[in-house]
Amino acid sequence: MKRLYTHFGDRLFALVLVLLASGVILAAFLMAYELYKGGSLALSKEGFWGFLVGVKWDPVIEKSFGAWPYVLGTLIVSLSALFLSFFPALAAAIFAAEYAPRWLAQIINYLLDLTAAVPSVVYGLWGIFVMAPWIRDHLMLPTYLWAAEQAPWLLPFLGNPSGYGLLTAILILAAMVVPFTAALARDAIQLVPKEQREAAYALGATRWEVLRLAVLPLARAGILAGAFLALARAMGETMAVTMVIGNSHKLPYTLFGGAATMPSVIANEFTEAVEDLHLSALIAVGFYLFVVSFLVNLLAGYVLRRQEALARGVR
Amino acid sequence: MTNAAAKTKELALRARYRRDRFMQALVGLGTVLALLVLFLVMAYALLKGVSALNLDFFTHDMRPPGEAGGGLRQAIVGTLIVDGLALLLALPFGLAAGILMAEYKEHPLAPVVRLLGDTMNGMPAILFGLLAFILVVKPMGGFSALSGSVALGFLMVPIIARATEGVLLLVPREIREAGLALGLPRWRVILSLVLPTARAGLVTGVMLAFARAAGEAAPLLFTAFGNPFLSFDLLKPMDTLPLRLFQFAISPYDDWHRLAWGAGLVLFALIVLSSALARLAIRR
Repeated sequence: MKRLYTHFGDRLFALVLVLLASGVILAAFLMAYELYKGGSLALSKEGFWGFLVGVKWDPVIEKSFGAWPYVLGTLIVSLSALFLSFFPALAAAIFAAEYAPRWLAQIINYLLDLTAAVPSVVYGLWGIFVMAPWIRDHLMLPTYLWAAEQAPWLLPFLGNPSGYGLLTAILILAAMVVPFTAALARDAIQLVPKEQREAAYALGATRWEVLRLAVLPLARAGILAGAFLALARAMGETMAVTMVIGNSHKLPYTLFGGAATMPSVIANEFTEAVEDLHLSALIAVGFYLFVVSFLVNLLAGYVLRRQEALARGVR
Repeated sequence: MTNAAAKTKELALRARYRRDRFMQALVGLGTVLALLVLFLVMAYALLKGVSALNLDFFTHDMRPPGEAGGGLRQAIVGTLIVDGLALLLALPFGLAAGILMAEYKEHPLAPVVRLLGDTMNGMPAILFGLLAFILVVKPMGGFSALSGSVALGFLMVPIIARATEGVLLLVPREIREAGLALGLPRWRVILSLVLPTARAGLVTGVMLAFARAAGEAAPLLFTAFGNPFLSFDLLKPMDTLPLRLFQFAISPYDDWHRLAWGAGLVLFALIVLSSALARLAIRR
């Protein structure tokens, strides 16, 4: 601390540094404040709670705004995508950290980085023209026809098999969030000390037993942090989801049919919102999204720091 | 040991080996599954994108629907302008935050900057668009390239900060100690010794932030907004590749779909190229 302030140049440099770096702190507070203020018109009309659980979103006739269809859509889509992506992501992490030779592990790491870096719109483009038609023809239509003959009571839960809807969004999102779980899980697995493995091998454990008994339990916090980060990404993912989810205002109760998420409704309606109340309602949805993302990211950071502390402790 | 007991033991061992092999296969299968969509997206972007790329793609503006041909010059130029300006806006803040976190660990603000920076890093990109809309578009009364740059700039700051911190932590301690031992003040040590040593890594981090922002469409939907004509006016709407790709993809015209695949391939190539260069720079 002392060295920082002995020299005039140092004092100046540190001051400039701190002023600029405070921009990060300011940005976070600014976002929270501005989104809250921007959404306050809609929030005060519907009530903080009423806006959250209201199911009617009608900007034209009744001018009533309830965000629940989008909140629920976000929860369903992101949690399902996380669930679907978790085991492949964990497998990729285990493969890269434990099984693969160095050169192959490097390629896999590069591909995982690439998966995270490919723009969302490119996934969406592929989703619209390749994935959605394929899912419609090979997954939705057969299931629909089967249900029509064998289990007609199922039809209302399946919805219109157009190819664009909840299921398609979940599947593409699952592919997109794989790298976030995989990268942190891989790092956590690599942090587990060699001695742990050697001890287990010395007792005659097979490779899988070593992983299950000596490695994965110690990497648990890191894997969990990765899952949280993937969840945060899935909740905020906008373009690809908007392009394939079908954008419906109704509660998402059908698997094949259209739905919407918090980011997708903002993306879809923002430029069409001419009235202040409608604009405010969309910003309020953004405020909810901010709060939830903030909390999930914070949680991920907390769990990750615990993993790092654990790794240092074992070492 | 009786024969029967030995037999049971061997069977149990075999079951364990079988389980081991089974789990290995499962791990391999999961890895393939995890990367499957990436391969498919790559294959299609290449397959469909290559046929859309020609000289016109880079030298002509888009044409109205029904008129064949045309390119995406206005979007390519716009991406470079909006993204470049965003980088200029974000660079001082991001670098300063990174230096503070790596070189002034004892400063009381350093952990706060790190915590909030990491949290903002995971924020949905569209929220940066909302923020820029409230801060720039609304007061200025219209969509503009500048507001798009502000949105992307906010997005870039935590990425640059993170990368800067990571790179500076790789600089050996001895370099700083040598500088301090020669009687250099701390700021000179950082500016003249630490930063130049880390230059390749810093450039890499900045490049990755640039590439990441170049692929974003969501924050630009209601900031830079898009513009079918080549424009250099920062206070007017401006086109960008991801945004144009989005609009073309949801349009009903085949010709526009073709251009969308071209745009997809260009974005894809940009990402692959920058991350490959980044790897090269770090290895050196």
